[in-house]
Amino acid sequence: MAKFLLHRLYIAILVAITVSVIAFSLLRLSGDLAAELAGEDASEEEIAQTAKQYGLDRPLYVQYFDWAGDALTGDLGRSLFTNEPVVEMIFERIGVTIKLALYAIFVSLIVAIPLGVLASVRPNTLIDRMALGIAVFGQAIPNFYFALLLILLFAVNLRWLPISGNDSFANFILPAFTLGLGAMPQFMRLTRSGMLDVLDSDFIRTARAKGLNPRRVLFKHALRNAILPIVSLMAVVLGFLLGGTVIIESIFALNGVGFLAFESIMRQDFPVVQSIVFILSLSYIVLTLLSDLINAQLDPRIRLG
Amino acid sequence: MPDTIHPNGLEDQVDEFEIAVPSPPELMRRRAKSHRGFIIGGSVVLFFLAVAVFAPVLAPYGPYDQELTKRLIPPVWDAAKGTWDHPFGTDALGRDYLTRLMYGAQISLMIGFFAAAVSAIVGSTIGMIGGYFGGRVDNFIMYLINVKLALPGLLVALSLVSVFGGSILALILILSFLFWDRYAVVTRSVTQQIRVNDYITAAQALGTSRTRIIIGEVLPNVMNQIIVIASLEMAVAIIVEAALSFLGLGVQPPTPSWGLLLSEGRSYMFFMPYLINFPGLAIFFLVISINMMGDGIRDITAPEGRN
Repeated sequence: MAKFLLHRLYIAILVAITVSVIAFSLLRLSGDLAAELAGEDASEEEIAQTAKQYGLDRPLYVQYFDWAGDALTGDLGRSLFTNEPVVEMIFERIGVTIKLALYAIFVSLIVAIPLGVLASVRPNTLIDRMALGIAVFGQAIPNFYFALLLILLFAVNLRWLPISGNDSFANFILPAFTLGLGAMPQFMRLTRSGMLDVLDSDFIRTARAKGLNPRRVLFKHALRNAILPIVSLMAVVLGFLLGGTVIIESIFALNGVGFLAFESIMRQDFPVVQSIVFILSLSYIVLTLLSDLINAQLDPRIRLG
Repeated sequence: MPDTIHPNGLEDQVDEFEIAVPSPPELMRRRAKSHRGFIIGGSVVLFFLAVAVFAPVLAPYGPYDQELTKRLIPPVWDAAKGTWDHPFGTDALGRDYLTRLMYGAQISLMIGFFAAAVSAIVGSTIGMIGGYFGGRVDNFIMYLINVKLALPGLLVALSLVSVFGGSILALILILSFLFWDRYAVVTRSVTQQIRVNDYITAAQALGTSRTRIIIGEVLPNVMNQIIVIASLEMAVAIIVEAALSFLGLGVQPPTPSWGLLLSEGRSYMFFMPYLINFPGLAIFFLVISINMMGDGIRDITAPEGRN
């Protein structure tokens, strides 16, 4: 176990360092960041001054180590526009994004797991086809279009829910539903195929032959085994949703990290953009590391194999 | 009277007992003909393709023709104001909406197809190299894949578009960067499985170069999977292009990308919902039919891989 843990940790650190370099270089690929920050009709002098002001006149590797060194001590620099510390800006908003991502996963799981189970119990029937149909729909509809439809229906026509804002739980219902629908098909398919495999195995046949209550066999014996891969998928989807909320946050004017990233990209606020990309990557690395460890704990074949 | 007479005269009996075994391509053709999803999906994709290719001929107007006196005319089924001059109505600048939608199919299909193709080439090359060579090479490739997976793709794409601009070529390359990893993961594991086969060992024994083994022996065996992934990734690429354009960081106006039409129509959607419904449904139907076609290709080429 210790060897497995060390190896995983080593790879995770290596990936984290690479990701920090990529995050750092993203907006710098434009070549001359100082010229862009100084504005279109800035003179050479002004550009040079801007470069000096933000430390952009130093060699790139010096800038990187400077930033990375500060980042290790929890200092991610200041926004070029609001002059706020980036760490504070992100922590003010990450709560909204995490809440949104968790609600979305919740929505997709309460739809996907029952549907997947039903579909697996009666494969190739009407129920199975309907479940598949819903999954296909969820996969094909662009979430920004679906979000607009929900706004038209629930906020404008029925007036049940607010259009935008992030003050109350009601503000999260439409965005969580939109994102949840997008994540649902993967969970549904995984539940269905996992359940089909498990239901076919010997211990289920034994349990049924013993005359156990069929519902008990289904939920206690079968679903418990089929749920394992769903746990690892959850970590991946959570990591993905944290970075994938940009569009939905901007449509519903939810003041989360995605929206902050989008605004910062639009105004070339590179300290904010590089920090958000880095933090989201880091959270993905940590989440997958955790899910690997949980799986290794649950399944000895992984850690010994 | 038989055409040829065999010396033993048994020809007729032999024919009678011979069982016709259909060749694999013939089997696939048969499966394709009876696969409803593949036929429906494929037909709709062909329809969109035809619209895209023949847009200059079919479209009643030019995609950039404005008539400011004819702004926001509703579609023809609106009894009061609809007119056959503009069957799908006009947008806020008086441009014919049907025309813009037809030209939008060009953008979506072009970006979707080339993004899927470029990422297929890059991803499968990386995957086959890792799977074939194993060891350190493979470790390095796994590391590349892990880095890619850790990065928040949409944010990286948005940043890159903000730096390199929203030209169609830039979008194709940026989207390819988003999608290469799945090809790499799948081709890598399939290559690992076939690397140990006798025909690979035979090729190695004959002194065939590694490049030739990968192209001549490995590639044909992973081609089916690559095509299946490509069709599914093409659908995702179309959605992501529309999303980037919707956010204003993709195809730039006045080019008629469906995502851009949606974002332009958004300000009017409360009174003129058709402005978001036409492009939204166009994306939806194109994506769903590509997915149906992709699932169909999977069932047809590898029917045992269902569920």
